[in-house]
Amino acid sequence: MSTPVVSTHAGHQARSYPSRPEAVYFYGTCLVDMFVPEAGMDAITLLEREGIRVIFPDNQTCCGQPAFTSGFPEEARQVIASQLDLFPGDYPIVVPSGSCGGMIRWHWEKVIGDDAALKARAAAIAARTYEFAEFLLHVVGFNRKDEGPATTVTLHTSCSARREMGTHLVGRELLARLGNVTLANHDHESECCGFGGTFSLKHPDISTAMVTDKVASLKATGASQLVTADCGCMLNITKRAAREDLDAGRSKPSLPGEHLATFLLRRTGGKTCAPTLPSLAAPQGGADASRGGPAKRPAAGDAQ
Amino acid sequence: MSTQPQQQSSSSQPIAFVSAQALRARMHDAVNNPHLRQSFRGAMDFLMAKRAAQFPDQDELDSLRALSEGIRQYSLSRLPDLLEQLEANLTRNGVKVHWAETPDEANAIMLDIARRHSAKLIVKGKSMVSEEIEFNHAMEAAGVGALESDMGEYIVQLAGEKPSHIIMPAIHQTKQQIAKLFAEKIPGVDYTDNVDALIRIGRNVLRDKFESADIGLSGVNFAVAETGTLCLVENEGNGRMCTTVPKVHIAITGIEKIVEKLEHVAPLYSILTRSATGQAVSTYFNMISGPRKAGDKDGPEEVHLVLLDNGRSQAYADEQLRKTLQCIRCGACMNHCPVYTRIGGHAYGTTYPGPIGKIISPHMMGLEQTHLLPTASSLCGACGEVCPVKIPIPELLIRLRGEANSAPHAHPAMVGQGAAYDPKISFVWRMWARLYGRPATYRAFSWLATRFRALTPRKQSGWTVARTPLQPAPRRLRDMLKDRR
Repeated sequence: MSTPVVSTHAGHQARSYPSRPEAVYFYGTCLVDMFVPEAGMDAITLLEREGIRVIFPDNQTCCGQPAFTSGFPEEARQVIASQLDLFPGDYPIVVPSGSCGGMIRWHWEKVIGDDAALKARAAAIAARTYEFAEFLLHVVGFNRKDEGPATTVTLHTSCSARREMGTHLVGRELLARLGNVTLANHDHESECCGFGGTFSLKHPDISTAMVTDKVASLKATGASQLVTADCGCMLNITKRAAREDLDAGRSKPSLPGEHLATFLLRRTGGKTCAPTLPSLAAPQGGADASRGGPAKRPAAGDAQ
Repeated sequence: MSTQPQQQSSSSQPIAFVSAQALRARMHDAVNNPHLRQSFRGAMDFLMAKRAAQFPDQDELDSLRALSEGIRQYSLSRLPDLLEQLEANLTRNGVKVHWAETPDEANAIMLDIARRHSAKLIVKGKSMVSEEIEFNHAMEAAGVGALESDMGEYIVQLAGEKPSHIIMPAIHQTKQQIAKLFAEKIPGVDYTDNVDALIRIGRNVLRDKFESADIGLSGVNFAVAETGTLCLVENEGNGRMCTTVPKVHIAITGIEKIVEKLEHVAPLYSILTRSATGQAVSTYFNMISGPRKAGDKDGPEEVHLVLLDNGRSQAYADEQLRKTLQCIRCGACMNHCPVYTRIGGHAYGTTYPGPIGKIISPHMMGLEQTHLLPTASSLCGACGEVCPVKIPIPELLIRLRGEANSAPHAHPAMVGQGAAYDPKISFVWRMWARLYGRPATYRAFSWLATRFRALTPRKQSGWTVARTPLQPAPRRLRDMLKDRR
């Protein structure tokens, strides 16, 4: 297997990739584990279908990013310290999120403190941590036949994927390998969706202004759905769009979205754990349903 | 220059900067102002496209940024020495050098010069440091007129406003607003929204003032230590007029704007104009090396340089925070900032708005007044990506968040450290760390959160202001994996 070198605009060194490994560690992230598990399952299925054994360390919790970016480095350090033992083998670590991947790759070593041994361990982990889509393209060399009907999708790349992981072209490249999928570019594509973790809670005015513009740009493409490799952005964008749908009395989601892993698996003949789109409706029994909104979201597990 | 943090008394800032609460209100008003949103979006799109057109070759940009960062870091690494060298060489060239620790000191120095010359009018080239010290306000309070001669600054002054952008001070004004302003405020001027006509009107007013002014004031883009040269980048020629026509020229700048050698200026100048306005070069580039000499046909008889600290020493004293001082004030970070684009420059309530304002204002004003600014960022990294001198702005925002959150007096490096300390919030994060720092606890919590997802609160702080609520999935990823295997 060749080792393609990808240039990054993030100011980091271009990265060279290893040959396809026998196994990988899968670091699911707390958001995927609790909120979008189907994205994690589908990513794992994709890797396994390529003949790669996937190890899911049971003690994984969180990369520490929420505390780190909120200005609580000691709390972040404690959480990171609890995660350093998860990857005893020297397999690559695959993360289905640019921001969690960026946290591990660029910040663990700095946040973990002055202890040289801990720093060395964090650095060794960082060196073999890959964002899922990046891994699928550059290490696995994903190239499966698109079995789905012709469709047009739009793609949002997270700021961390774009600027920390330097993987902004990866999603485009993977979608380009699907023969029946057309990618519709949206205006201000490189602009943030306004999530920013606790930023969306602390500064709702600005965050809302940003996500509202992002939703409008994505919708203006006329694409049938959104694809993204980051669940934070995905929830931000689709939950904003769902709110707009509610307010407008629309029963069908105007901007359904799913993780790139789910989309790729579904298009290439795999069985996803995600509900069939369009399905991004309000939570079961939530405020939205009582306001005559879309029907309840099918349980992710039901699809199996 | 002191390398100790300076405690700023509340009187040292001539204008009252805003409280956190007022900042929120202004941000709220700004994002709900469709006119402002549209005009900033259009202007920033224009500036981003202009910059991008200047850097078609990513490799060239990467190497120029690396060089520029290196020059700025080298200059800062030798800052105390270079400042002494600059003072010695400027003095040898006949320039009088003054040191000011606070805005009040800077204004007092310049007022003293004005009084010695019985000055009635000071005509100003564009200077953000003069904005930082509220120079116009201080002079007017002492009975000395201060007139802005940069067209954007002139408009802003006429309107009784402050700049909303460090390079394009009046970017928030439409030509119709400017037309109305000119018709109202300039005697004998009729309403016209023809841009060329408006500029001609402004130029005619200012032309007379250059000749009648007693003192010209300017900023400095690069101060060259080795030669004692003050470099000034501008487009309108007003900078040259201010620095050559009046009998006295006062330049004011921050202590960080220094480089060692003339050859260090060229790359910085190139990346400055290309990053700022997307120009290959500016229309004017002035190099000022002293007062008029015997036989010279023009030039001021007296030249002064005021070097201002105003919190810069505090940033300088910390290796990480020192990177803040690499800034060459191009404004690219604000042009590319999704937050700035949506709230405009005035909402910040600081002299320097946008990402650079969020990391430099805490040193100038203390964290008590500014601690909310570093939190008003999604950390998208667009600012750091375009910064011509590679200031890691997101990293510094995170650092400042931490300084504001930490228990007071935990870290004495910053004025106002601990200003956002809230025992309740700190407790929440300690609990968060216990939850996520102990895998067994996390497993129990996440099991409960998914099994009892129906109990998830529907109101979720800022999230549900404009979004449907988040709700955990019925089963976790780890449950789905176990079911399958």
